[in-house]
Amino acid sequence: MGADFVAFSLTPMLIGVFAAVACALPGNFLVLRRQAMIGDAISHVVLPGIVVAFLATGAVAALPMLFGAAGAAVVAVVLIEAIKRLGRIEPGAAMGVVFTSLFAGGVLLLEQSDTSSVHLDVEHALMGNLESLVWLDAEGWGSLMDPAALAGLPPELGRIAFVAALVAALTLVFWRWLKISTFDEAFARALGLPVAAIGFGLVVTAAVAAVAAFDAVGSIIVIAMFVCPPAAARLMTNRLETQIAWSLAFATASAILGYVLAGYGPLWLGSDNAVSAAGMIAAVSGAILGAACLWGPHRSRVGEGRVPD
Amino acid sequence: MTPFLEALTLGAGYNAALVGLGAALLGFAAGAAGTFLFLRKRALVSDALAHATLPGVGLAFMAMVALGGDGRSLLGLLAGSAASAWIGLLLVEAIARRTRLSEDAAIGAVLSVFFGLGVVLLTVIQTMSAGRQAGLESFLLGSTAGMLYEDAMLIALGGALAVIATWALRRPMTLVAFDAEFAAASGTDVRRVDLAMMGLVLAVTVIGLKLVGLILIVALLIIPPVTARFWTDRSHHAVWIAGGLGAVSGYVGAAFSASAPALPTGPIIVLLAAALFAASLFFAPARGVAAALFRHRRFQARVHRRQGLLALSRQEPIHDGLTLRVLRREGLIRPDGVATDSGRAQAAKIARDERRWEIAREIHQDAGLTGRYDGLTPIEDVFTRDEIAEFDTRIPGPAPLGGPA
Repeated sequence: MGADFVAFSLTPMLIGVFAAVACALPGNFLVLRRQAMIGDAISHVVLPGIVVAFLATGAVAALPMLFGAAGAAVVAVVLIEAIKRLGRIEPGAAMGVVFTSLFAGGVLLLEQSDTSSVHLDVEHALMGNLESLVWLDAEGWGSLMDPAALAGLPPELGRIAFVAALVAALTLVFWRWLKISTFDEAFARALGLPVAAIGFGLVVTAAVAAVAAFDAVGSIIVIAMFVCPPAAARLMTNRLETQIAWSLAFATASAILGYVLAGYGPLWLGSDNAVSAAGMIAAVSGAILGAACLWGPHRSRVGEGRVPD
Repeated sequence: MTPFLEALTLGAGYNAALVGLGAALLGFAAGAAGTFLFLRKRALVSDALAHATLPGVGLAFMAMVALGGDGRSLLGLLAGSAASAWIGLLLVEAIARRTRLSEDAAIGAVLSVFFGLGVVLLTVIQTMSAGRQAGLESFLLGSTAGMLYEDAMLIALGGALAVIATWALRRPMTLVAFDAEFAAASGTDVRRVDLAMMGLVLAVTVIGLKLVGLILIVALLIIPPVTARFWTDRSHHAVWIAGGLGAVSGYVGAAFSASAPALPTGPIIVLLAAALFAASLFFAPARGVAAALFRHRRFQARVHRRQGLLALSRQEPIHDGLTLRVLRREGLIRPDGVATDSGRAQAAKIARDERRWEIAREIHQDAGLTGRYDGLTPIEDVFTRDEIAEFDTRIPGPAPLGGPA
């Protein structure tokens, strides 16, 4: 846990933790509202958004790609609503139509555009590159106090930390509204809360978190962070505050354990190459969910639909 | 244009012809099998199934290499993908049934976790021996270059089997898709039929892995059934229309992609299917948006016509632009707003019908017949001629000017 750790593992781990937390927070409400698949849809449409931004600006820069991805998420949500209403199609199918078409469009644009000068490939978009977000300027734990070394921190860290803080702040500010409209929408409407706007705001926040996390862990893994920690937390408690706390704990644990297993696991097993950190984080979050499904205190379905033990 | 036409008529080379026919058959199987999932409102389970194939592909590759082969046998890889997708399917069912998580959470969890596992395995394989990757990433987006005859035969055979199985199981699957409780009460094993439905989708997914990749096969499983929904209200028609749409997307898409460089097959097929969907959304005769707009305009015209005629009969001025246009179009008023003879006659009829309805409501105390009054239904459609004559006898004479005496 010396200088090597600070230089090579600290920042990726922190980025992983912030990404997991930023996604798990809105994921709690998405899971409670049975809208988990909107995370799936958003993760898929991030790719065409990034490709369009790249084509429009001609460079692989973070801010335009972030805006492109966020724009794509909004476009996707609008299209899904339009298809649901105009075509009277059920929500899952509407989502499926929109995000698969947009994803195909993104892949096509990617193939067609001249990518010889920049490296923008689909696998990176899907799997991320957490392992490469290292802090080479660091020389040990002391570098945390050294402004010159801190200037060499990977920019992704600042971005994802900011987004995680933003998402946490939004959750705190709109806590009452989120809680009421998630559990009793009719009551919320009777109170005069703007229920549709709250729903839309939640999806946009999730999209922002997905877009920021996408850079580090790729798009498909983001869905794991939206669904698995909150779902596992759901099986641990009946109270929303406790569920949020559990989901943050599970998300952090998945990120740290996943990264460690991906980086050091193969070493312990005798190989000297690491495996995909993002994939391992998703796998660990799945293992945690599996454990919760088997042993969580509030896992059983009560009442109708209950399968007798 | 000519390269495209050549490709359409199977004249663009051996590989292109194989890909085209394979894509057509795959599209047909996907459209047909996906329709039941769509009717059952579980369209996104296909997404979970598709992503759950990845670890199986990786494990099958590693197993085949460990047993001394080169790991590229398509049959072996597809068998592995089917096994892990089947496990994923059982897990989705188990999570949704045995815990209090909802189905969408189960689908999202299995999708992401299995895909993550698959990604880990892919990176393991990449480090195993650099030259032996076998391009497993091609299963993500499909790759049609260098397609072998055996591969095409596998796809064709698998697709044909899937279609036959769909046809054989269509009755129980339709029953369960529409009313699972009734099916259960009638003795159908709903769980088995559900598993059969999803097993079919799994088979189609596995077959399509090589051609269009796991991410885009979901599109072929969802978009054609949704498109077919706009063209028919009958489920057995929807199955085959979806199959046809899928086949057309597959064949024409493959031909288009063969006709020019930098046009990857999978995305082109999906975009073609999406274009067909968009066209159906807007222009399908019964459920399309254009048809709905048309119906709405016609209804609006009927309402404005009636309101205009009522206003004429009561000698009230008409200000609404649409009402004036409708009345003018039918020759019921002159351009300056004065009623024509025909207009006055129609207005008088409408006014008298209103009086008849009022009397009907006095005579009939229940709303069985009078409840059908909506302003547009003619009274002759509801009451018989002698009943209407009875109403007419009860209409009092014209009121004197200046109000009732």
